[in-house]
Amino acid sequence: MRTVVYLFIGILFGITMFKSEAASWFRIYEMFKFDAFHMYGIIGSALVIGVITIQLIKKFNIKSFYGETIHFYPKTRSVSRYLIGGIIFGLGWALAGACPGPMFTLIGAGFVPILVVIAAAILGTFLYGILKDKLPH
Amino acid sequence: MNWIYSPWPWYVSGPMIAFVMFLLLMVGKNFGMSSNLRTMCTICGAGTKADFFKLDWRAQKWNLTVVIGAIIGGFIAANFMTPDAAVAITPETISDLQDLGFNSAGKAYLPTELFETSALLDFKSLAILIIGGLLVGFGARYAGGCTSGHAISGLSDLQLPSLIAVVGFFIGGLVMIHLLYPLIFA
Repeated sequence: MRTVVYLFIGILFGITMFKSEAASWFRIYEMFKFDAFHMYGIIGSALVIGVITIQLIKKFNIKSFYGETIHFYPKTRSVSRYLIGGIIFGLGWALAGACPGPMFTLIGAGFVPILVVIAAAILGTFLYGILKDKLPH
Repeated sequence: MNWIYSPWPWYVSGPMIAFVMFLLLMVGKNFGMSSNLRTMCTICGAGTKADFFKLDWRAQKWNLTVVIGAIIGGFIAANFMTPDAAVAITPETISDLQDLGFNSAGKAYLPTELFETSALLDFKSLAILIIGGLLVGFGARYAGGCTSGHAISGLSDLQLPSLIAVVGFFIGGLVMIHLLYPLIFA
């Protein structure tokens, strides 16, 4: 049953990524060129609602659909790993024009070359795992 | 019902993304897509090469199911909900992209120069796809999350590390588009 719920949420996410055009390489380019409000509107409105939602969940101690406490995990404090990792991610995001969520959406939309991007992203993740202890965090 | 066939405006799309995050929280999970790349490494046997991949991938089955859903969602949206997939980017963006050699700007969902199947036979296009993917995978794990985990989940939870990561995303993106694109595509 829970699997069906996860699948449904994924489908909703995939449709949203495609229809919002957040999965379009062109929209990412346009965003970094500051030529249109579209992507900023998407992220901004998602954030305003997201912040309010999480604050309400915390304030009223709202339980999950299954009656469990909803956990939020504070991320470990650091500047270097988030900044350096973030810059590397941003370089790739702008070059491939896709971040990990939309990449999967684009498989379903039938773009074969995105499989190369995903395979390379898995390899990039693997390289991080190998080099992790040698990198500043 | 016609609105569903047109591109969704930001004020529909943004709230829908927040709704997806809300649904995942309400089933006791967190919204973050790039951790699936780590799980895929584990499934491929990367645990023998680095401790970072020694984890019980079955505990991540829920997120892989979300991935399968995202693929199905992309199929449904592209095939049944989008009669015309051309992305209406601004005329300035189209003209900039044409100068860089992207003649498909304004006429397609993704640039055909990179994402048509035949582009895989072009060395430069293939190299761009591979380097882009490598940077995304490496950077996302180094930063501990991607657009969904940091820019949406983390910032919604007012986490300072996520703000630093998102600033990094933008520094990287701006450097790529404004400084490196003219060198790569000129």
